[in-house]
Parts: sequence; structure tokens; C-alpha cells
Amino acid sequence: MAERLLEIDNLRVEYHTDDGVVTAVEDLQLHVEKGQTVGLVGETGAGKTTTALSIMRLVPAPPGRIVSGSVHFHGEDLLHKRLDEIKKIRGNKISMIFQDPMTSLNPVLTIGFQIEEAVVLHQGLDARAARARAGEMLRLVGIPPEREGDYPHEFSGGMRQRVGIAMALSCNPELLIADEPTTALDVTIQAQVLELMKRLRQQFSTSMLLITHDLGVVAEVCDQVAIMYAGTIVEYADVNTLFTNPRHPYTRGLFGSIPSLDEEVTRLNPIKGLMPDPTALPSGCKFHPRCPMAGEICKTRVPQTTNLGQGHSVHCMIYEGLVPGYEE
Amino acid sequence: MRTETDDIIQSSDEHPGELPEKLSPDEHPPLTPAPELSKRRGQWGEVWRRLRKNRTAMFGLAVVLLIIFTAIFADVIAPYSFRVQNLDRIAEAPSRDHLLGTDDLGRDILSRIIFGARVSLQVGFIAVSISIILGGTLGAVAGYYGGRMDNVIMRVMDVLLAIPSILLAIAIVSAFGGGIVNVMIAVGISYIPVYARIVKASFISIKEQEFIEAARAVGARDGRIIVRHILPNSLAPIIVQGTLGVATAILSAAGLSFIGLGIQPPTPEWGAMLSSGRHLIRSAWHVATFPGLAIMLTIFALNLLGDGLRDALDPRLKQ
Amino acid sequence: MHRYILRRLFLLIPVMFGVSLVVFTIMFFTPGDPAKLMLGERAPEAEVAALRAQMGLDDPFPVQFGRFIFNAVRGDLGRSLVTRRPVFQELYARFPATLQLAAAGVLVAVVMGIPIGILSATRQYSAFDAASMGIALVGVSMPNFWQGMMMILLFSVSLGVFPSSGYGTLRHLIMPALTIGTSTAAIITRMTRSSMLEVVRQDYIRTARAKGLSERVVINRHALKNALIPIVTVIGLQFGYLLGGAVLTESIFSWPGVGRLMVDAIRQKDYPVVQGGVLLLALTFSVVNLGVDILYAYIDPRIKAQYK
Repeated sequence: MAERLLEIDNLRVEYHTDDGVVTAVEDLQLHVEKGQTVGLVGETGAGKTTTALSIMRLVPAPPGRIVSGSVHFHGEDLLHKRLDEIKKIRGNKISMIFQDPMTSLNPVLTIGFQIEEAVVLHQGLDARAARARAGEMLRLVGIPPEREGDYPHEFSGGMRQRVGIAMALSCNPELLIADEPTTALDVTIQAQVLELMKRLRQQFSTSMLLITHDLGVVAEVCDQVAIMYAGTIVEYADVNTLFTNPRHPYTRGLFGSIPSLDEEVTRLNPIKGLMPDPTALPSGCKFHPRCPMAGEICKTRVPQTTNLGQGHSVHCMIYEGLVPGYEE
Repeated sequence: MRTETDDIIQSSDEHPGELPEKLSPDEHPPLTPAPELSKRRGQWGEVWRRLRKNRTAMFGLAVVLLIIFTAIFADVIAPYSFRVQNLDRIAEAPSRDHLLGTDDLGRDILSRIIFGARVSLQVGFIAVSISIILGGTLGAVAGYYGGRMDNVIMRVMDVLLAIPSILLAIAIVSAFGGGIVNVMIAVGISYIPVYARIVKASFISIKEQEFIEAARAVGARDGRIIVRHILPNSLAPIIVQGTLGVATAILSAAGLSFIGLGIQPPTPEWGAMLSSGRHLIRSAWHVATFPGLAIMLTIFALNLLGDGLRDALDPRLKQ
Repeated sequence: MHRYILRRLFLLIPVMFGVSLVVFTIMFFTPGDPAKLMLGERAPEAEVAALRAQMGLDDPFPVQFGRFIFNAVRGDLGRSLVTRRPVFQELYARFPATLQLAAAGVLVAVVMGIPIGILSATRQYSAFDAASMGIALVGVSMPNFWQGMMMILLFSVSLGVFPSSGYGTLRHLIMPALTIGTSTAAIITRMTRSSMLEVVRQDYIRTARAKGLSERVVINRHALKNALIPIVTVIGLQFGYLLGGAVLTESIFSWPGVGRLMVDAIRQKDYPVVQGGVLLLALTFSVVNLGVDILYAYIDPRIKAQYK
């Protein structure tokens, strides 16, 4: 078994707002093995970004608060490290690519400077070496190094995301967290950026946690997939298993809502209902109000992890034998 | 953000240069009406609910109401007449008879402050009303019709904005004379551009919204669209600015009176009272001190209320 | 950029023309006969009439205004009715004192306002934040002429540390500068705080933190420059307020500037001086705002790009 680079256990994150306490992440278990790309998949509001920010200790507080759990990186719990130690990891060992390239770069600093900054900080390079490094990173992401003196507003969204990637990889991190890196981009640009990330990840042998709501992206890039619903992981498996043999009713629902080119489908089967109100999450299994298979017990009991073998695990009463399952 | 306390800040993205208008929307819009307010029923109930939760704003409101109450019932509350002089008791320090002492003509300072509330509040509210009516109309026309009309109006506003407002007020009053009416007009005129710009900005942002399109599509006329649809939705920034503006107007009026251009004796006006205490500063500190405190308390309360209103009307701006 | 500056300088012309028109109109309709004022109430009618004709006071409004503009462009703002000296000279002699006072006021405001505002924002909801916001609100609520008197009462009358009037040394400057700068300091403090709070919520600040930068670097390098954009605007606008406030502050501290000259002129109905003073201060204000807009472009590359 490969080394576990990142291991999240029982993570619970809350936001305290005027309208009540929002539990964004609850009892979350997730791990990333060295060299792997793990996809974290879920709808908007499922807590994916909060999970990512928790790893970086960047959950905005207030209103956010990491209530309990642990995030082990190389066997050390990041949640119990001092902030100055965390700062040595941020941008160096673990770095992050953000969702919106239009707002994630500082408008009043040149892109070259924004890349150099991290290199100077973590690798102790002098100005000249940092500049060379920034130029090299720009070239790697397909931006002419001469443009390092330009400001973010002089680039398109796709180019800015390339800058974001260059910035994130500049210190050769062990783990790259990419929070919906292509969502804000045009479809044609999406593919290019994704391809670039895939290539550079291999070149830098960086492990990656890729947050997305797009199963197509997952199929293309990921080794492992974690399906997230209302703050918790409901199913975890390798890509092949998950795509060929999804077990959780929610995962099945997600696949049911994708139009297939191979089969003739007369209508899509979207999951009925909406994401639950985060201030008033359902009791028991959080998916039960929308679950076609739900039984009485799902309303009260929180499902436990069931291991289905080969690293495939699922949180559902069906596989605990408490509710009748699918006929297969 | 922006913004604060007085018109000077409110209009900060709207100042005479044209640059700020061209900033991208992720900059710092000071006061645009909250879109979520626009369609919701009972929006004022919601505003009141939010305002009520803000303790400093409620304190401000309470003090403002108290001052208004004092102004209305001055005759009943004041221990003495504001005009009766007692030349035997000139510039006396505070005592049991005269809680805040007497002024240079032996008049009771407390009573004059109480009656002075009347003058200051009147000047403040009426001057701001003048600014809002004239500035608001100009801003509405400029914002709604745009084009050449907008250009002409805003260039005139640029001219007025180039003259610091207290100077404009001084120029007007020094030409046409002091007195309460002239002070109101002078102060009112000097703040016209502030409201013109605010109203124009909110008109522009609102008129592009879909419900205005919808109203136009069903054949509503310009006048009806302005009065029924746009105006209610641009009230929020006007109310906030107006509240802060009353404070500024009171300060300006007091300043005019202080240099002898404003409200003339024997009308008790806080700025004029201060002025009369000026040459007594070494012998009778209280003559200048208390009217100043009265001004400060009033302005302070109006600012608290205005800040609270801003947060309540536009929750997005609240941190 | 140079073209932009030139264009903005060019735009000053119509604005100043407009300002002149407004001020001239106000003064034109002022009751009272300047000729009579110059010669005194008891001067013979014929003499007054002769002077009126000589000064062109009987000409129609457009002619008088045209003459005023024509002369003003060449630096001739007429003569004081009281001293008979050219208004330009009177203003010229007093202007440095006013600029000195306004600049000192801005300095006080910036030096106090920006650091306190940043500290407040980074310690939002702390006791420091609450205290500085409370004090700032008191600062904007105080009439500055009253504040000046209270400072004289405390520092001159009671403690005797600073002179209550006069001009020339730093000791003379301190109280007037504090008086005129306090409310601006308070406004800049509030503005800096809210602007910083707005900026630190932005995504690029999160990006900066995600790089592992220290909080000091995040604030000073990444947040401050963005937050400064609206603050600089306010400083420019406040300069106008300071110039206006100079009228009151100067008369309290007997500061020999344009403001006090104007107050004296108003008392003596010396309208050419009042008119010239308003024009001079408006021009100063406009030039300062032009400077602010240019400064703006240096802070924000997006704006600079628009005017390349």
C-alpha cells in the first residue's frame, strides 16, 4: 500500500451566522495517497471548498470554525500545528488553485511578482533567481516569460488560471489542491487547462486533490473519487469501480442525471428534490429525504462506513443490511 | 466601506474626476440599493428589524428623538426665556439657578441651548430637504434620460463640486445676508451635487433592471416608472445620505453663524452662541463649551443613526 | 498617461470658467454699491457715479463678467475695496500660510488615520477597534471651530503649552493643524477600516495567505495597496473640506491665511477679495483632485491601462 500523504479524519467544520449554525463538513473521512489524484465530487454547497480550506487552515474565522477531527499530512496533524508552522507548509508543501481566476490574483501586483513571492519566501531564492524561476514557470504553463511584468487584468480568464497554476506549482508542492479550477472557464479553455494540470502534475510528481462537480473531469483526471453530500463522504472508490459499479443511491442518481451518448435515453433521471437547507440538515442519513431507497431507519440512524473491498467504501444503510437494496 | 459619516465619503467613488466611475464593479460601490430589497414585500419591516438589533443605532435614534422632543417642547422645558437678559449676572459659571451658567448678556445658557435645538434642527432638516429635492431631481433626470441632458447636468455639478461646500455657502450668505432662511438655502444649495450624484448612480443601476424593462414593456410612462418603480428603490441611499447630511448641514450652519454670517441674534443658535463665547474663552469657559457639546451630541447621534441605517438598508455592506 | 494629464488639465478650464461664473453671479447680485463702499457713505453722488463709470459697474452683466474673466486669466482679480491693493497680491501673500495649514492637516489625518484604520480592521470587534471607531465618530461630530476653542482653552489657557495664535514656528502650527485635521483623520480612519475589511474578504487575499505569506506581508503588500484606492480619493475630497475649514480655523487661531483674509473681507463687504479667495481655493481643490487622480493611476494598473 502506498504512503498516505494526506489523511482527514472525523473533520467537522461549522459556520456561525446570524441565521444559525451551519455545519458545512461533518464526520468527513478522506485520504490522498502519494502520487494519486483524488477527485472530491459533489454539488454546490456540499462542503467541498470548506474541506479544502480546512486542510490549508484557511477557513475564514469568524464565522467558520474547525470543531473537531484531524488532518494528517506526512503523519502530522495540521490542525494542531502552530500557525507559523502552517505558513511554512502553505504554498510550499501544499498549494492551492482557486476557482475564480478573475478574482484570485491581486489586481495591483504583476503576475511575475505574485509567482516570485512564494519562491522567495519558501526557497530562499534571491530576486534574480526568483525571477528566473517565475519565467520558467510561466513558460511551463504556456505564457511567454516576457509577460511577467504584466498585471492580471491584461490576461484572459484561462491565462489567469494558468498563472494560478504556475503560482501553485512554483515551489514544487507535494500536494496540490485544485478547487474547481476549470468551472469559471469557457468549455474549450477548460479542456486545455485540465490537460495542462494533468501533464504538470505528472512532471512534478505532485499528488492532487481535485474538487469538482463534473464527473467528466473526474473520469479524465482522477485515480480515486470521493462523492460528497451535505458535508460528508458518501462513497469512495477508484475511478473504474465508481463509474462501473456505483453503490450509493446518491452516486447512482448522479450518473442517472448524465445524458449518455451510448444508449438511447428518452429522459434524464435527475435526483429529485434539492440540497437540504444547511442550517437545518435532515436527521439520520442526510440523503434520506431525496433517496428513492430510503426506509424508516434512514430517518434516525447515521449510516456507518461499509467496506466493499478493494478500497471501495460506502455510507449507506443498504450495505449494512438494514434497508432492502437494489435488485441486480 | 465608504463610508462614512458624511457626504464627502459617500460620494467618494463619484468625485469630480471621471476615473472612479470606470472602475470595475468589484471595486467599492458605496451605496447602491440592495437588489434583494427591491422586490420584497415588507422591506421596511425587515429594515426596521435589522436596525432594532443595532444597539448603537438605536441609541442614536433615541438621542435624535430626544432632541426633536426638546425642540418641539422648548417652551415647556426651558427654565428661562432665551431672550431675557440679566445684566447683573453676566457670564456666570454654572450654578443651581443656571445649570450651565449665563452668557455675555446674562441669559441662561441651558435655555438658549434648548431653544437652539429648534433652530439647528430646522436648518438641518430643511437645508437637506432643499438639497434632496433639487439635487435628487437633477440626478433623476440625468440618470433616467442620460445623453446630453446627463452631460449638461453633471458638468454643472462638477462646477459646484469644485467649490468646497462651506465656501459656496459662505459666498451665498455673504452676498444675500444672514438669517435663518438664507442659511437654509445657502447650505441646501451647497450640497446639491452630493444628492444629484447619489440619485443618478442609483437611477442608472435600477433602470437597467428587469422589472423596469417589464414595466416599460407593459406600456408604463416615464413619469410613472420613475415615481412608482425607480424612486422607491433608490430611497435607501438617499435616506442614509440624508441622515448624515442633516448632521453636516447643522455643522455648516453653525460654522456660518460662528463667523457672523448665519443666524442673527437674538435667535439662539448654537454656532452663534459659541461665537459669542469666543472672546470670553479665558474668563468664562462654559459660554463656548456647552453649545459646542450640544452640537457634538446632535451630530454624533445623527451619525450613529445614519451608520446604522446604512447597515440596515444595505446588509451587503455590513462587515 | 501624459495625454490623460493634459486632457484633465484642459478640462479644468471649463470647470474654472463655471466656478467664476457662479461666484461672479453671486457677487454681482449682492446688494450694496462697491463705489460707495470705496469712497465712504458720505461721498458726493457725482464722485460715486464717476467711480462707478470708471470701474465699469454700470455695464451690463455679460460685459462685466467678460471683463472679469479677461482680467482674471492674466492674473488680475481686481482691487480690494478696502486696501485698494490688487486682490491677486493680497491672496498671493496669504496663500502659503493656508497651504501650509491644509497640508499639515492632511499630514495629521493621514498619519493618524491610515495606521489606526488598518489596526482596527485587522482587529475587527476588538476593544481597540471599538475604541478607535468611537473616538473617530466623536472626531467627525465635533465642529472644528469648537474643537479649536477647546484646544486653546486646554493647551493655551490652562496648560500654557502652545500659543493660542500666531504663525511661523512648529509650535504655532500644531494646534491649528490638529484642529483642521481631526475630522479628516476620523474620516480616513473609518474609510481605511472599511476599505481594508472589504479588501481582506477578496479572493486574492486568500490566495496570498495560501502562499504561506505572513499576515504582515498579506496586509501591507497585498491588502493595503488595493485598500488605498478609495482612501486616496477621500483624501483628495477632504482637501477641499480642509480648504473650506481653513476659513473657520484660521480665524480662530489668527492664522494669516486666505481664510482669515476672506472672513475679514466678508465683514468689510470687500467682495473682490471674497470672490478671488473662493476662486483660488476652488482652483487649488481642483488641482489637488487632479493630482489625486493621477496618483490613482499609479496605484491601480487597471486605471493606468485605460489612459495609455
